[in-house]
Amino acid sequence: MKRFLIPLGIFLVLVVFLAIGLNRDPHEVPSPLVGKPAPEFRLEQLGAAGKTFSPADMRGQVWLLNVWASWCVSCRAEHPLLVAFAKQGGVPIVGLNYKEVRGDGETDVKKLAAGAEASLTRQRADAWLTRHGNPYTLSVLDMDGRVGIDYGVYGVPETYLIDKKGVIRFKQIGPITPEALQQKILPLAKKLAEES
Amino acid sequence: MKLATAAATLLLALAPLAHAGEATPMAADPAIEARLIVISEELRCLVCQNESLAASRAELANDLREEVRKLISQGKTDTEIKEYLVARYGDFVLYRPPVKPTTWLLWFGPFVLLAGSVIGLILYLRRRAGLLAPTALSAADKASAKALLADDGTSPTRPKDAA
Repeated sequence: MKRFLIPLGIFLVLVVFLAIGLNRDPHEVPSPLVGKPAPEFRLEQLGAAGKTFSPADMRGQVWLLNVWASWCVSCRAEHPLLVAFAKQGGVPIVGLNYKEVRGDGETDVKKLAAGAEASLTRQRADAWLTRHGNPYTLSVLDMDGRVGIDYGVYGVPETYLIDKKGVIRFKQIGPITPEALQQKILPLAKKLAEES
Repeated sequence: MKLATAAATLLLALAPLAHAGEATPMAADPAIEARLIVISEELRCLVCQNESLAASRAELANDLREEVRKLISQGKTDTEIKEYLVARYGDFVLYRPPVKPTTWLLWFGPFVLLAGSVIGLILYLRRRAGLLAPTALSAADKASAKALLADDGTSPTRPKDAA
């Protein structure tokens, strides 16, 4: 009897490992930025030409940085959740509009006239927010994706929860699901708000 | 007919040239480009995860190659460039994971498994050798063996020769 139990045991262990391995999303790469200060940047705001924003402006607040673009299909999927969440208030959401024109897979920026990319970016981003609602306190324009690289963005949408000291405490890769919002982001944001 | 074939051949020959205008931007300096290829072959593209940064056509890979070009021209060493990317995207971008406590199992696991198997095999073989070892013959056994050998062949216990 014993000689049959050993292979069966090995088989069951293998099944458990495969079940865990196959159910994990290989696209979710843990970010090394969690626990590190949010990279600094200074970018122009959407809707207010000439006005800039920097993460330092949010010192003392717990906030979300949400990477989005109008060409991003998953962003549209998570958008209603963000709009509803913003209505509740509590945690301000800053939008990082990522490669609005360059990332659409169609437009060749080199063929655009000088300044055309900026105006096209504003136009598209504004139109999208008007149509689907604007959950953002403000949005900034990362036209060439340089800030995206500093934040380790590799698949839009991505969302960062940043604490009062400007440290990234959580990163959501891909659209925020209601479960992620209720079980991870909200409880953590509440806890962080109590920190000094 | 011949002319048409020649024209078609010419067009086919020119097709790659027509495409060349859309190629991804290359650094003006071929030395930078050569180093870029060496470095980016060791890096993983995060979008299409089984492709290297050198081979991937993904948008992000393009941006990251551009970034690496910039870092090379700033005079950064290969290690510094890799650290730059690891700081942003994690160890996952490296095709050769670094040796550290979280990767010990990955690096040394196979050797531990091998050593364990070898020890198990040795123990098993020893136990089996013990089971098979010939037991010494007792005096009584020796005597009966001698009696059998000295037998003249008339004993009923011994089968008769067919011949």
